[in-house]
Amino acid sequence: MVALPSRHRSLFLLIGVVLLQVLLLAVQIKRDSQGRLIRVWTVSAVSPVERSGAWGIGKVRDAWRHYFALSDTARENEELRRENGQLKLEVMQLQGKSAEADRLAALLNFKQKQSKVPMIVARVIGSSADANSNVIYLDQGQRDGIRKNMGVITPEGVVGKIIESFRDTSQVLLLTDRDSGVGAMIADSRIQSPVGGSGEPLLSMKYVGNDDEVSVGQRVVTSGMDRIFPKDLPVGTITQVKAGGQYKQIRVRPSANLEKLEEVIVLLTTDPFVLKQDAPPQAGASPLAPAATSVQPTASATTAKPTDKHP
Amino acid sequence: MNDTYDLRIGESHIEVHKFHGGTILLSVLVAVVLQSFLPIYFAKVAILDLPLLVTIYFGLSRRNPSTGLLLGTVIGLLQDSLSKTPLGLFGISKTVIGYLASSIGARLDTEHPIARFALTAGFFVLHQGIIILVQKLLLAQPQPWFTMRLLVACLVNATLGVFLYYFLDRLRKT
Repeated sequence: MVALPSRHRSLFLLIGVVLLQVLLLAVQIKRDSQGRLIRVWTVSAVSPVERSGAWGIGKVRDAWRHYFALSDTARENEELRRENGQLKLEVMQLQGKSAEADRLAALLNFKQKQSKVPMIVARVIGSSADANSNVIYLDQGQRDGIRKNMGVITPEGVVGKIIESFRDTSQVLLLTDRDSGVGAMIADSRIQSPVGGSGEPLLSMKYVGNDDEVSVGQRVVTSGMDRIFPKDLPVGTITQVKAGGQYKQIRVRPSANLEKLEEVIVLLTTDPFVLKQDAPPQAGASPLAPAATSVQPTASATTAKPTDKHP
Repeated sequence: MNDTYDLRIGESHIEVHKFHGGTILLSVLVAVVLQSFLPIYFAKVAILDLPLLVTIYFGLSRRNPSTGLLLGTVIGLLQDSLSKTPLGLFGISKTVIGYLASSIGARLDTEHPIARFALTAGFFVLHQGIIILVQKLLLAQPQPWFTMRLLVACLVNATLGVFLYYFLDRLRKT
């Protein structure tokens, strides 16, 4: 047999490897599978590092915020200034702790108030390795009852949904992703239309007719039609309305700060349940503040254990 | 065994660099983990493509097309695994980049910062082009060929690449 020159060998190898991956892509499209085994291996290998990193960065950030950032100032100044710096340090520590306590209290209050709805608080430990997809990783997974298609929220509003659940980790598709969508409606007029991501910080409300009255500043809430999120959870606020060909072009700013997520709530049910609002949210208050909401779960949603059913 | 050796192509002498044990593996893991981890704390970092920079660097340094393309495949599949993209999207693009970087590295001296900047920018554009092509042809996901974000990302990655490569040069065996 004629031996191939080295340059041609690598060219054939290139063609072979690329063809194999094209086949891999084709198989995934055909079978709607996402190469779960390889993903499980990779996520299992990477998530412990991310967990440690999240812990380490938290510590370093605390140290930086609470000490090093002020140490230069302290060195440059006299005793009084140093004393002042120490006071600032304490204030910053207290502010940091206060902000964290507020955040956790809001999550806890929400969780306690919605005690009939199974949910779990999870920490964000990673994001997508691809700049074009808006995906985050949580530090809890199947062992904690998280399953595919469960809704993810914060006390401020909708975050996204679980698209993959591993043993100790889960993957969330954020609302801002191009492939993301949520059944929504305008809170005042009850005009229903899905809201989806476009890969940018703002969301799009897609199918509101040109004849419908919509104005900037109106609140958008979930409609419950997607059977992932309960009705009336905040989605965002309309920031731009333009007339389009058949439908209006509506841009929505998400209620939840999707660029700075640290803790989220996963709704541990894929069964529908209803969230009733007794009173409209007050300015400055969390949109899901406990006093304003009460939950009336359907019979199936009162189960403590999550189900494997997908909408 | 020599740690470095010369490739002789025509009149040119191009050195093939070797690295301390585990350097490539560690660099790949660090790049993939940082790519997945840092954007949580610094959203703007998402514009970087550290796995691509690592693919280009080791391709240019090792100058062996076979290992270059296989390294690109592994890095691309790792990146796919941590994204929501189907497995193979980044795999294909980084396989091609790994192969081309190694092939070019075997023919040109790519040590000069300006050459590195230009090559990284070129590879970045090609990498994005392959991704968009695969998305259009195989996944039926139409994407724009050019955006301002792509241009900015290209320049930022090429600039970072020059500094990153300088750092990685320190890990070579002398």
